Amino acid sequence: MIGFALSKLLRAVVTVFAVMTFAFVVLRLSGDPAQVMLGPDVPTSAVDAFRSQWGLDQPIWVQYLAYIQSILTGDFGVSMRDRAPAIDLVMERIPATLQLTIPALFLKLALGIPAGVYAALHHQSATDRGVIVLSILGFTIPSFVLGLLLVLIFSVTFGLLPSGGYGSWQHSVLPVIAMSIGGIGILARFSRSAMIEVMGQPYVRTASAKGVRWSDVIWRHALPNAAVPIVTIVGFMVGSLIAGAVIVETIFSWPGIGRLLVVSVTNRDLPVVQCILLMIAATMVVSNLIVDLLYGWLDPRLRMQAAH
Amino acid sequence: MTALDIAPIGERGFLARRVNRLRRAVPFSVGFGIFWLAAMVFVAAFADWLRPYGITAMDLSSRLVGPGDPQHLLGTDELGRDVLSRLIQSIRISLVIAFGATILSGMVGTALGFAAAKFRGVVEHLVLALADFQAALPFLIMALAVLAFFGSSMWLLICLMGFYGWERYARIARGLAISASAQGYSSAVVQLGAKPSRVYLKHILPNIASTLIVSMTLTFPEIILMESSLSFLGLGVQPPESSLGNMVGFGREYLTTAPWIMLAPAVVIMLTTLSISLVGDWLRDKLDPTIR
Repeated sequence: MIGFALSKLLRAVVTVFAVMTFAFVVLRLSGDPAQVMLGPDVPTSAVDAFRSQWGLDQPIWVQYLAYIQSILTGDFGVSMRDRAPAIDLVMERIPATLQLTIPALFLKLALGIPAGVYAALHHQSATDRGVIVLSILGFTIPSFVLGLLLVLIFSVTFGLLPSGGYGSWQHSVLPVIAMSIGGIGILARFSRSAMIEVMGQPYVRTASAKGVRWSDVIWRHALPNAAVPIVTIVGFMVGSLIAGAVIVETIFSWPGIGRLLVVSVTNRDLPVVQCILLMIAATMVVSNLIVDLLYGWLDPRLRMQAAH
Repeated sequence: MTALDIAPIGERGFLARRVNRLRRAVPFSVGFGIFWLAAMVFVAAFADWLRPYGITAMDLSSRLVGPGDPQHLLGTDELGRDVLSRLIQSIRISLVIAFGATILSGMVGTALGFAAAKFRGVVEHLVLALADFQAALPFLIMALAVLAFFGSSMWLLICLMGFYGWERYARIARGLAISASAQGYSSAVVQLGAKPSRVYLKHILPNIASTLIVSMTLTFPEIILMESSLSFLGLGVQPPESSLGNMVGFGREYLTTAPWIMLAPAVVIMLTTLSISLVGDWLRDKLDPTIR
């Protein structure tokens, strides 16, 4: 188990490092932030001063080494625009994003999985078909269309909820709904097919044939075996807690990470963009790591496989 | 009952049987999906003839006309441009991007998966590490960074979208190719002296193609959604050209006064992704031997 965990950990570290390098290289290759920051009409001397101030006049590998070194010492750079540490700018936005993504995650789990499991247990019934249709509808509606439709119905037509902004709990109702519908559909679909698969297995038949109580068959024999694919999807959703709100935050003018990313990207504020990318990748990698370790715990066969 | 009566009944019976068989083979929802997709492909192919107006033809005297107007069936936007014409052009652009990108990502992913299966060792580790990397950085975020810094052009957009989902093909192709190369037919052609390129492209690829095609039908709607999301954020297709997402994005400003500008493309996006999902699921059940 320890070998298994260590090999996963090593891969996670390599992945974060790759994202860091990618972000650095792409952002440096794409042109000079000095021009965008300072505007077209500044004298060359000002541009040169800006470049040397931010180290942009150094060869790219010198910049890269310096960047890696400062990351390792916990220094994520300073925003070129606000002159505030990039990490502070990012950190102060995270709560707002989590305020949307965490309720949305709960909604997805609380509605998606039970709906899928229920549909699987009533396979081929009218409820099953209803769940399939709703789940397909759910994940084929793009979140920006859904968000705008919700605004059109609840804010414009009926005036029930605010169409955007940040503050009271009413402000978060529409964004949370817009964000969770797709996930509910995906989870319902995955749990349904995983459950149907498991319910057809011999061990489920054996358990119910030897007279195990039906609820125990479901809870102790079927669900743990259906959990692996469901955990994969949930892990992905947990991993995108920070990244998953870009579109919805833009629609509802929500002051979270997504908006900060869009704004910093437009302003070419390299340190902030790099910091956000790193945050997002780290969250994703950590949650993938947890999922991998959970696999090993849920299904000992996977653990054995990896050990060999 | 004479022979004359029987003939048409027999005929009708034959037709009815055919229709019945078709209906049993293709459920209504799938039939609708196929019909809608065919219509979309038709619209995309003949966009230039179907469009009643040019997409940039402005008519400032009839701005924000509601839908149902005999001159402008779906109404006009804030500059008096015909929404139907723009919609038709947008369908073409969005489909071209999604189609090009799906094929590109299928090819890139399959090639990398094959390379991993062929060379194993370092190459395999590299491909898997790249796949990990792709999975760690949500595609929308990566695309956002790349497009905003490099500026958006049609080709860059297609190439970038061509990376969407490659890691899935790579994983599938690698797994399937490894198990296929252990089978008799591929070792037979290897023994006969076939070059690796021949073994992989002419023998293994056709054998695993159905699974890859099914993953394409799953990726295709996601690419449409991704492109529309990027265009919605103003980073995808740039005006005066228009795509479905970009129409929704601009229509958003007129949500209260002229919701039809945004609703028309929104409905098309929804119906198209819905149709592909329905048809794709059905195809998967029919074609894919690896899933039940």
